[in-house]
Order: sequence, then structure tokens, then C-alpha cells
Amino acid sequence: MPSNTDFLLAIEGLTVSFDGFKAVDDLTLYLSKGELRVIIGPNGAGKTTVLDLISGKTRATSGSIRYNNTELTTMSEHQIVRAGVGRKFQTPSIYEKLTVFENLEISYPWGRTVLGSLQFRRSEKVVERIYEVAKEIFLDDMLDEQAELLSHGQKQWLEIGMLLVQNPDLVMLDEPVAGMTAKERDATAELLRKIAKERSIVIIEHDMDFVAKIADQVTVLHLGKILKEGSMDEVRNDPEVQEVYLGH
Amino acid sequence: MNTLSNHTDSSFGKLLYERLFKNKEGVIAFILLAVVLLLVFPLCLNTFRLNLTGKYLCYAFVAIGLVMCWGNAGILSLGQGMFFGAGGYCMAMFLKLEASDPESTAIQSTPGIPDFMDWNQVTELPWFWFPFKSFPLTIALIFILPAVLAFLLSVFYFKGRVTGVVFAILTQSMVACLWYFIVGNQGFFGGINGITDLRTLNGWDIRTESAQKTLYYVCSILLLFCILVSRYVLSTRLGRVLLAQRDKEMRVRFSGYNLTLFRIFIFCFAAVLSAIGGAMFTLQVGFMSPNLVGIQPSIDMVIFTAVGGRESLLGAVYGALAVNAAKTAFSEAYPTLWMFLYGATFIIIVLYLPKGLAGLYDDHIKKWIFKLKPKSDSGTTPPSEDLEKEVPYAK
Amino acid sequence: MGGYTAQEIYSIVVMQSFSGVSLLCIYVLMGLGLYIIFGQMGVINMAHAEFLVLGSYTMCLFSKFITESVPALENIYVFLAIPLSFGIAFGVGYLVEWFLISRLYKRPLDTLLATWGLSLIMQQCFRTFIGAREMSADLPEWLLGSWSVNDSIDIPISGLILLVLTIFLTGGLVLYTTKTRMGLRMRATTQNRQMTGALGINTKMTDRVSFGIACGISGIAGAFFTTMASTSPSAGTNYIVDSFLVLVVGGLGSLFGLFISGAFLALLSSILEFFMTGSIAKVWLYLVIFVVLMKFTKGLFSDKVRS
Repeated sequence: MPSNTDFLLAIEGLTVSFDGFKAVDDLTLYLSKGELRVIIGPNGAGKTTVLDLISGKTRATSGSIRYNNTELTTMSEHQIVRAGVGRKFQTPSIYEKLTVFENLEISYPWGRTVLGSLQFRRSEKVVERIYEVAKEIFLDDMLDEQAELLSHGQKQWLEIGMLLVQNPDLVMLDEPVAGMTAKERDATAELLRKIAKERSIVIIEHDMDFVAKIADQVTVLHLGKILKEGSMDEVRNDPEVQEVYLGH
Repeated sequence: MNTLSNHTDSSFGKLLYERLFKNKEGVIAFILLAVVLLLVFPLCLNTFRLNLTGKYLCYAFVAIGLVMCWGNAGILSLGQGMFFGAGGYCMAMFLKLEASDPESTAIQSTPGIPDFMDWNQVTELPWFWFPFKSFPLTIALIFILPAVLAFLLSVFYFKGRVTGVVFAILTQSMVACLWYFIVGNQGFFGGINGITDLRTLNGWDIRTESAQKTLYYVCSILLLFCILVSRYVLSTRLGRVLLAQRDKEMRVRFSGYNLTLFRIFIFCFAAVLSAIGGAMFTLQVGFMSPNLVGIQPSIDMVIFTAVGGRESLLGAVYGALAVNAAKTAFSEAYPTLWMFLYGATFIIIVLYLPKGLAGLYDDHIKKWIFKLKPKSDSGTTPPSEDLEKEVPYAK
Repeated sequence: MGGYTAQEIYSIVVMQSFSGVSLLCIYVLMGLGLYIIFGQMGVINMAHAEFLVLGSYTMCLFSKFITESVPALENIYVFLAIPLSFGIAFGVGYLVEWFLISRLYKRPLDTLLATWGLSLIMQQCFRTFIGAREMSADLPEWLLGSWSVNDSIDIPISGLILLVLTIFLTGGLVLYTTKTRMGLRMRATTQNRQMTGALGINTKMTDRVSFGIACGISGIAGAFFTTMASTSPSAGTNYIVDSFLVLVVGGLGSLFGLFISGAFLALLSSILEFFMTGSIAKVWLYLVIFVVLMKFTKGLFSDKVRS
């Protein structure tokens, strides 16, 4: 049983294998409260799998993931979410047929049981919170638009907004700026920095310029293991990391 | 710009209105159906035809249940006949016990038990028949039994994330299992012949013309009521969650919902609706048999829903009426042609009309009506010969 | 089972398991086809049992033709009828794929309904063009005989032949998919349809052939079905549900699982049928399957794959 720590997230000895192939191999990673951590690495390094493991989508073969000193590996997805972990998928995953407002509303952390959802009403408190988030994600003018009509970048924002409505302490984003224009990227960087003031964030990203812009700490993953951890400059100048990216 | 009142829920009365009908078009569509069921049919059809229509309406209960769990929540059940049968058999067992009082069964070797038991050398009423001596208990069981059955049969599968085709196939084998169960237990459930010769309900003869007419009205009103309840459920957050998980299961889980419970709920909800239909069926037709609950009838129920429009509650009612009417009209006169036509219906609906008649109305007929009457903001009562196609999209 | 001694129960189990061999083979052959079709095209073919019936009718009609016109071949025509059953089922399957199935890829729930419609149409075709009456083939004596191992155990010859054929066909299919050009295309299409198409492989053609093969295998199962029961237009209905269950219990996508679950269910069903009436045996069989699947919701032999 791992001992209690001050870290928000403490991953120790995490391993998962698919038919003998170890996608994540004995990974140990700590995340402090209020930290913004970026995970980079070549394709197949196991980045998304790490998020899958933390969020409960994939079950670990061994190892532990402790969040606020609670073990996550045995909890189901919805319990992990309710504990305060929010997660955005690689391709924007929103409800295309619902409006922006309804998309945000579904994420509102109240009335998530069967009976609760039958009784759920849009009180002023709910609506105010949704407006607040909509403004943060630059979509306050589009609340009544069908989500499928949004641009790719706006869909990414909407999904981030859906996380924010849940008010999580840990936000995990899988490639949040993929498919965005340069202008949208800048806006997203600003948005993420604002979010990071109150919460911890884990981001998986390929875009190095974007990473340089936002990261405190960068973790480089390769073949399911941590290759290097440090600031962006340290990582960039590391010969091993260069080897991995160039050799790829 | 948005103001708070744009999105906040309105006062109670207005909220209820918005939830049940969404807008004026919704009200008109609902009233139209009510008028057809409660005025047009009783006035135009003789008692025999009306009784037949009442029988079709029983399938409409199942169809709206399927709209809820298949159309909206994406859970296809090929075993709704199981719940239809549960309701139907509950009612049939009650009626059979009433018809088997000791005087009318005096010639049997054991008077006072149903005739088929006597024929099968059963000498004592089995314990599971006792609840059906009481009418209130029977009514309660019509709701409880299918709900419990649906819960037991789905809880482990939904927990293990069994969905889609595998669940559909499982439900189909469940209904096959029930069929074999009834057929194999001739002494307890009447076997392949079913439970027949039902006469009275609490002393009221259900075979007379006036009784059949009354039962038709009860059935119609109950159906309209069930549509409103379903409509309400869909309009709540639960409805939106179900719709959302149909297309983006993972996203909903990562919004903190325990989807297992939502799926179980809607599956049970659909099961109870089917059971109500089954009970009304027994009352109007006067018997219940395993051949009404087998694999083929269960898949028929799905096709009623698909023809009407899998996402439309009102469409499902028209679908059930249309397919059954066509079946009655064709299957006796041209049985061969009917089977080809019926088989083709499955294919055509899937290939060309995935939204069924409701989709046809939405995409084509609605535009046409609006072109004719550009000033009216919603469709007026359409000519009655077009009724089958006038399926306002209840969304 | 109180009235039997352990020795008797042993004999019953052994005997019933041999008489279940034909059933096992039919399950496996049907399951093979369903597995190919579902794996490659994402299609659930509810009309698959009708191809079995088609094979069955081919056997019946061919035997009728032989006994009437070429009695010299009476003893060996069975070996001609097998490829014929395959060929006819293959041909019909090829056409069905072309005109119907190809429009339904990756909409499994919808394919379920459409192919159910197809099965109704095929059943009606049998009824209209061949006749609603039950039909059986004039099988040669030697095929219907059995091989007595000892006093209590008889093994039906037809079951043995079918078992050999099933193993041969399964092995052949594995070889076909791993060693031949067409098989390679098949696997490529299964894994990545778009990419395969982009490489200039005619995926449509590949699909038609695969679907045809799946149906053809079912046709062979049908030819042997005549040794177990008589053929009628709706004879297939009893097998489609069971075959799917075999596939699901085996874990959708594992050939090994398919064999094990086919053997398990065939054995269980023939033993149950010995002790109770047909319908109650069915009820217990299904209940056992439901409970097994409640515990192993992904089937017995599913592979853990990254989603």
C-alpha cells in the first residue's frame, strides 16, 4: 500500500499489457497541486494509454494511481469523474445533435443519477454557471447553435468547457489544439493558463511551439516509459530525446 | 445576447407544456392522434374493426417502448415479446381463474382449477397462480413482473457493457427461451395452445360488443397517457443523457454518469410499457398464447417501430397501425405476396427510410403542407385519407 | 437424474456427446460464416440459416435427381452434392452481398433487421418454388449407419464425416486467409477497409467473395443437415439463434473459442435432451448460456484489445 503524499496525483509502478505488449511499463509520475504538466513523446509511446488508465477507461495490469490519496485503479469512470478528474478526448467528443448550451448542461455536476436527472431543472444557478463557462471558452454568442455547426477548434473549446462545468481539480487534455488555427491556438494557450490558476492540468500535445508556450514541466514518454522529465529547454536539448524523435 | 430567462426553466404550467409538446406543432400532432383514436375510428369502424384496431393499438404500446429504448437510447431489444407476454399472461391468468370457478368446472376431475391443468393431470393450483386471484395484485404484477424481469436480464449485461448487436441477440434468445418455457409447461401455463376461453373481468363480460367498445376506449386513453409520460421522460435531462450516450458513450461516462443505471432504467421502462400493451391485448382478444410472444412477433414489434420512425413516439403508433392494417388486408387474400412484401419492408425501411414515416413527414410532407399554406405556422388537420402518412415528428 | 447409476450416466454422456457431434459441426460451420461476415463487414446476417436450408434443399433435390436419373451414382453422389451445395449457396450469397449487404456496412443493428427481412423472403421463396412440405434426401445406406465401438457406444458415420469435413474446412479457411493472395486481401479489408481500398485492392470484390464463402460453408452444413432432420422452408429458424449464441459465448472473434463453445453447447444440449423433453431442455440450455454470459460478458475467449 503506497503511503500518503502531498501530491495531487501519484502514479507508481503503473503497468498495462495488451496480449503481452506493455503499452505502459512501470511508470512513476507525480503531479503537484496547481501544476501544468505536458506529456510528449513519439507515436505509440503510450501517452493516451496513460490518460485512459488515470480516467478508468483502461484497467491497469499492476501499479497504483492515487489521486488526493484515493486509489483510482479500482474505481469506474463515473466515480473517478465525480472525485474531480475531468478528461478531454483526442478527437473532439461532443454531442453533435445538441446545442452548445445543452452540451454544457449535460456536464453540469448535479442530478447525475437516474432520479436526479428526471427531476433536474434549469435553475438560475445552473444557467449562470453555464454562461460563465461559455464566456471563458469564447462561445457565449453561440449557445443556441447546434454543436455540429461549430468549427473544429470551437468543438475543442466546447469539450474543454464541458470539463470546466464539472469543476474538476485535475483536467486532462488529449491534444487540445489539434486542428486549430494559429489564432485559436493562442486563445487556447491563454485559456489553459487561466484554467491552470485554480487546477492542475495534464496535457498531451505534439505541437512543440505550443508546449513551449504553456508548459511548466514536460515529461517525455517513450515505449511506455519515462525518458526524461524537466523544463521544455532541458528536454529539447537532451540528446536521448532528440534521438527518439529523429530516429522515429 | 443571452439573458438568463432565455434558458432558465419557465413556471410550472408552461414548463409542463413545453416538456410534453415542445411547441404548437406538437400539441396539434397529439390532438390529431387523440381525435383519430377517440372520434374518427369509433365513428367510422364497426365493432369488429374497432376491436381489431384496439388489438393493433396494444402493439403500439410496445412500439413506443422501443422508441424509448431503441430509437432514443440505442438499445435494440428483439425480445419485447417477452414483456408483452408477461403482461398478457398476468392478465390471462387472472381472467382464467375467474372463468374457472368450481361451478363452471364441475365436470373436471378437479373442479376449480383451469381446464388445461385438469387435462394435464395437475390436481392442485400451483403456488404461483395464487396472486392472480386478486385483481389489485394482478394489476400490480403487470407492472412489477416485467420491470423485475427486465432488471434481472439486463443488469449484468449492462454492467459488463454488453450493448448493440450482442444485446439484441441475447434478447432474442431470451424470448425464444420464454417461448420454450411456456410450451414446455403445458400443465402450468397452457402450453402451445395458450390460455384461452377467457370470459369475465370482475364479473363484467368482456366478450360483448359494448365491453369491446369500452375496452377500446380504455386502451386508447391509456396509450395517449403513456405517450405523454414517455414524452415527459424524454424531455428531462435523463432523455438528453440517453440520447447523448447513444452516440458518444464515453463522453457521457466522463461527464460522471453511471450509464449502467440509465440503461437499466430505460429498458425496464420499455418493458413495463410492453406489458401494459400485453395486458390490454388479453382483455380485448380474449386469449394469450406463446405464439404471440415468440421470436417473430418480437421482431415484428421492432418493424412497427421502424416503419413509424424509431425516434418518434407518435410515429410508432401510426407504424403499428399501418403495418398491422396492411397485414390484415393482404395476408389473407395474398399470403405469398404478403410475405415477400413484408420481407421487403424490412429492407426498404433500413435502406431508404431509416427514420420511417416520421422521417418521410419531416423531410417531405411537412414542406409540402407549408407550401400550400405558407401563412399558417403549423400544419392544419390534414385530409383523413393521408392519415397514415401524417406522422408529426415528436421530438 | 436419480434413477441412473454412475456407470449408466457415464455411458449416456459418452453416447450423447457423439450424437452431439453433428450438432457441434453445424454450430461451428454456421459460426465460422457469421464470424467472417461480422468480422469483415460489421454485418449481422440473420439470414444465414436460410443458406443452410438452401444447402439442404440442394442435397434433397440432387439426391432425387440422382435416384431417378443416374442410379449408378447412388452410393457416391453425396461427394458431388457437397461441392454443389457450397457452389449454390456461394452464388446466392455473392448476389445477396452485391445487391443488399454492400449497402449496409458498419450499421450492425440495421443489418440485423434488413437480413431478417431477407430471411423472410428466402423462406417464402422456398415455400413458393420448392414447396411447403417437409423434404428429406434419399441418403445411401452406408452414410446412415453407425460404427459400434462397444455395446453401449454407437458413433454415427455421418457425424464422423461431418467432423472430419469441419476440421478440414476450418483448417482450409485458416490456410486460405493466411497463405493466399485473396485471403491476404480479406484480412487487410477486415483491418482497414479504407487503406486497403487506397492500395488499389478491390475491396468490394473481396467482400463479395468472403460473403459467398461464408454462405457456402453454411450450405455445406446444410447438406449434412439432411442426415439429422428433414428440411422445410423454416427449418433454419431454430439454428440461427443458437449459432449466434455459440459465437457470442465463444467470444466473437476467436476461432478457438468458437470450437470450444460449439462443443460445450452441443454436448450440453444433447445431454439435456436425453433427460427431459425438448422444450424444457432448451430452456435450461438458454438459462445456462445466460448465466455464463452474465459472468463472462465478453464471452469465454475474448482477447484483450486496446479499444
